[in-house]
Amino acid sequence: MFELFDQLFVNLKHAVVGALPEGWRGLASPLISAAAILGVFASLFALTVLVERKGLGRIQNRPGPNRVGPAGLLQPLADFIKALTKEDIVPVSADKVLHFLAPVVMLAPVLLAYAVLPFGRNMVAVDFDAGLLFFFAAGACVELAVFMAGWSSHNKFSLLGAMRAIAQMISYELPLILATLGVVMLVGSLSLEDIVDSQAGHHWGWLARWWVFTPWGLAAFVIFLIAATAESNRAPFDLPEGEAELVAGHLVEYSGFKYAIFFIAEYLGLFAVSALAITLFLGGWHAPVAGLDWLPSWFWFGVKLAGFIVFFIWVRGTLPRVRVDHLMGFAWKFLLPLVLWNLVVAAVWWYSRGWAFAGAGILRWVGCAAMILIPYSLLGRALYTRHGLGPRTYRLVA
Amino acid sequence: MNTALLIFATITLAGAAAAMTLRNLIHCALAGAVAFLGLAGLFLGLGAEFVAFGQVLVYVGAVAILIVIAVLLTRPARVAGESPRVEPWLPGVGIGVLVTGALVAMVKASLVARSPEAVSSPAAPVKAIGERLMTTYVLPLEVLGLLLTAALIGAVLLALRDPGEARRP
Repeated sequence: MFELFDQLFVNLKHAVVGALPEGWRGLASPLISAAAILGVFASLFALTVLVERKGLGRIQNRPGPNRVGPAGLLQPLADFIKALTKEDIVPVSADKVLHFLAPVVMLAPVLLAYAVLPFGRNMVAVDFDAGLLFFFAAGACVELAVFMAGWSSHNKFSLLGAMRAIAQMISYELPLILATLGVVMLVGSLSLEDIVDSQAGHHWGWLARWWVFTPWGLAAFVIFLIAATAESNRAPFDLPEGEAELVAGHLVEYSGFKYAIFFIAEYLGLFAVSALAITLFLGGWHAPVAGLDWLPSWFWFGVKLAGFIVFFIWVRGTLPRVRVDHLMGFAWKFLLPLVLWNLVVAAVWWYSRGWAFAGAGILRWVGCAAMILIPYSLLGRALYTRHGLGPRTYRLVA
Repeated sequence: MNTALLIFATITLAGAAAAMTLRNLIHCALAGAVAFLGLAGLFLGLGAEFVAFGQVLVYVGAVAILIVIAVLLTRPARVAGESPRVEPWLPGVGIGVLVTGALVAMVKASLVARSPEAVSSPAAPVKAIGERLMTTYVLPLEVLGLLLTAALIGAVLLALRDPGEARRP
């Protein structure tokens, strides 16, 4: 029974491919995987937009969309029709070809990145030996698309927004990639399948053996989340779009479906990077505790992804936008040294794995946690006092 | 020669040709990025995954961006009526012939050209590459790292504000 549900989609694909004539199978297999990824994540995008509008409405004490369909559930459909039927305006002075190509170049690499993500047991489109590198290589192409959009619009706000976006993406790419390196070091592989497999098994017979439960893994996970938020231009790092100062950054001159494609690419990028966080730190499709293994693997992946989406919406509704001069300092002066030091801590964790005396496990955990927390606190204080901002003291006023 | 390699070779050559001939410098830089992508596809077709993804990550993700930003910051992109011709063309042709000759000679002298069967399985796992880099080739790696660090420090020194210089608001 478990086998049936767990491998439902894998068997379904095999059945479809098997039913085709011999010559078509080689072509059909990747096409079916691609179609499944496109269908599932495009629908998830529609759903997320609705949840986001509803959730932000709830946070801001207003109902959110509630007119289209029961409780506003058909709002994504209405948005879709609106985006399709809107007039596509291209500025007279724009570089027509690049202006047209930019949304395409933006979406294609984001979709490519999904090829290496394992969504469940045996559910990965391509298992590259260097899968993690492939993911980041695909992500690197997005910067060029942002530049194309900003430059081809021939608008100073567009260009400024694109420059900001590129500066931000390049700066936060470093902590993002370095945060994943600890996991790569300990697993000894860049293949995402191998990384998920390395997190199988349980601590003390019940708690899953995820990397996030190690001190360096937790630190890397937090840094990864911050960098991922900045990388996908989400609030509080949505300066490239900053409506108040740049109108909408590189999106100013886009309307109708081209704008919608940028929007889709941004959200799909967010899902992809969340899926990578799940794969690297949260055990991929493994269940969190031993007793829940009977639920299918893709279900667990979906639950974790939904958790991430809700988390990102919550963050967007809660935190104010970062100031542009703080943005770079935060990446280069704070995140980068911490994430480099975190690699050293990961190495210490690896070399202390053979400790066998009484209390070794606790000592190892506490020691490594202290190795992260002390530099974190010292660095934070040093940066604060240098800018004359701290140290902060709090008093309880009766 | 299979079809995929042929397609990627065409993309690379077309991108390189466009990068040399287009009038607008930004278009040239972007065409260069297309050539880099085609080259990555060629590497992938030859089974060198690590090199292919590294190529995209470094050349498309960083070098192409560096080029377009350098172009934007140094000169107006739309120079009216400027032809892509280089005036003293004879030395240029000479250098081109020399570089091409050197590359052809190097490919001819390489292991691939001399005994193709010796390198018939180029699909090196990433792990093997990493181990070689950390053992056999650790000295070149360290030298490269030192060079890049020196370049980084140099760039920071160039960009650093002089002590006497007035602070901009």
